[in-house]
Amino acid sequence: MSDSTVRRGIYTVIGVLILCVMLFPVYWMVNASLQPSGNTLTAGFLPLDPTFAGYRRALSEQGQNLVTSVIIAAGTVVLCLLVSAPCAYALSQFRSRWVGIALLAILVSQMIPGIVIANALYTAYERLGLLNSIPGLIVANCSSGIPFAILILRSFMLSLPPSLVEAARVDGAGLFRAFVAIVLPISKNSMITAGLFTFLFSWSDFLFALTLTTKGGVRPVTLGIYQYLGTQVQNWNAVMATAVLSAIPAIVLLIAAQKYIAAGAIGGAVK
Amino acid sequence: MANATLTRHDAAASGPEPAHRRRGRRHRGEDLTKILFVLPAALAMIALFGYPVVKNLLMSLQDYGLRTFFTGEAPWVGLKNYTTVVTDQLFSQAMVNTALFTIGSIAFQFTVGLALALFFRRRFPLGNLLRSLLLLPWLLPLIVSSATWRSILEQDSGILNRTLTGLGIIDDPVPWLNSPSVALIAVIGVNIWIGIPFNVTLLYSGLAEIPEELYEAGQLDGATGWLAFRYITWPNLRAVASVLLVLGVVYTIKVLDIILGLTGGGPANATQTLATQSYERSFIDFKFGEGAALSNILIAISLVFAVLYLRATRRAVDE
Repeated sequence: MSDSTVRRGIYTVIGVLILCVMLFPVYWMVNASLQPSGNTLTAGFLPLDPTFAGYRRALSEQGQNLVTSVIIAAGTVVLCLLVSAPCAYALSQFRSRWVGIALLAILVSQMIPGIVIANALYTAYERLGLLNSIPGLIVANCSSGIPFAILILRSFMLSLPPSLVEAARVDGAGLFRAFVAIVLPISKNSMITAGLFTFLFSWSDFLFALTLTTKGGVRPVTLGIYQYLGTQVQNWNAVMATAVLSAIPAIVLLIAAQKYIAAGAIGGAVK
Repeated sequence: MANATLTRHDAAASGPEPAHRRRGRRHRGEDLTKILFVLPAALAMIALFGYPVVKNLLMSLQDYGLRTFFTGEAPWVGLKNYTTVVTDQLFSQAMVNTALFTIGSIAFQFTVGLALALFFRRRFPLGNLLRSLLLLPWLLPLIVSSATWRSILEQDSGILNRTLTGLGIIDDPVPWLNSPSVALIAVIGVNIWIGIPFNVTLLYSGLAEIPEELYEAGQLDGATGWLAFRYITWPNLRAVASVLLVLGVVYTIKVLDIILGLTGGGPANATQTLATQSYERSFIDFKFGEGAALSNILIAISLVFAVLYLRATRRAVDE
């Protein structure tokens, strides 16, 4: 009995060590962000003399870009959920031979490299005047959000009994009314999962930010970091402070929505 | 007009079952509603995936360059873009790098991921919490990971070289990202770090679905430890593993962010892949025709694995 308790204790210690190794870079990012400015990284293992100079600089130089990223990510969430939720419902409840074809199309869409989408959208946006615009980036980011959201929402909606909606239909509600009044509220958790991941995808987007903007105006924070890294890095603490600020959504997601994450990872990949 | 037609049609039918007819009309309206459920998503998929694929195919056959944006002219050039990119001396290097990057990343992500998944299957205090915290590297924006690793791998003052020299393992700092001979290894290493959490999560869920009774039955026959893994775990994990491996190839082969953030394809093109080459031709050189040709080659390779993927998922569903 006590033998197995000891063994389990040892496993916990090993588990903590594994985690320390895997998360060391994340720790190092925080540590380096608290160091005094300079183009060398003389930081010790602990921020014994922490300074927030890096954060002050990051906020003054990247604050606007952070706001841009929030707006784009939020816009992507709204647009993706509006488009994906009805489609996911249809793919889960309607009987049609098109369902299989649609799912196949979604799977195949995952094989298409982002650079292909960027190539085509650039030429289209150039004509439509959507380069360097927030709506342009929101639409582009939907390319990662919509297929994922459809798959996540559909895998939940498959479990809804058709009788649920039929009851409302008997009372005279149209299909769409029933969907909004009954299906959406019940699907709240899966909507949250899909929304959180879509936010994260859009927030993390770098490729579209890089290719679909050509001048200063609209610049998501990922692009800001890239430009910091551009040539010789001048102020590591500001770079790392920006990195920490950009990591906040991921960290919040991990802590606040832990139970949704594994569901999202598995649902999006295997389903 | 449509209404009038409908009414006349209804009057002409004048069937003995008005109730049935009403239902028929409601069905027709319902079909329309059903289409409206799917329409926005269908349009989005066509605009975001269908259009780009077609547009890339067309562009790859055109002289689509900077001048096109001013004159609107993109003359057809047949397969010239393909011959240009394939005969370029960088092409074979980009192919080799893409293969090394993909195989190296996946081999290690998978084996380390499997080892960690097996480890976390043993129940111990805090196990679930530790496993979910492990996901953090996968959730971080790729450019954030790139920036962090840039600082860690920095030649003179990065913590990795300082630690290694401090421990006496190396005498001189290793130019991780600045030397053509090690840069690709460093980039692969970072990509492995990013991909491990995803592999752990999927393999862990695959392990969790293996019924406990199989192990109990195996124990009676003396199948424990390695034998249990070889004859119980692995055969039952094969479906998940094959999906994961093929999915890994499809995702890894198109990686761009990490390489651009870490090395930008350098030094001396040591980390150029098909994806970075395609980006450079389109958005640095503004030769969209050539960039499209390269990205179509990338899609063709992905497509081969897509077929494998679909087969693998079908098998996974069947089992």
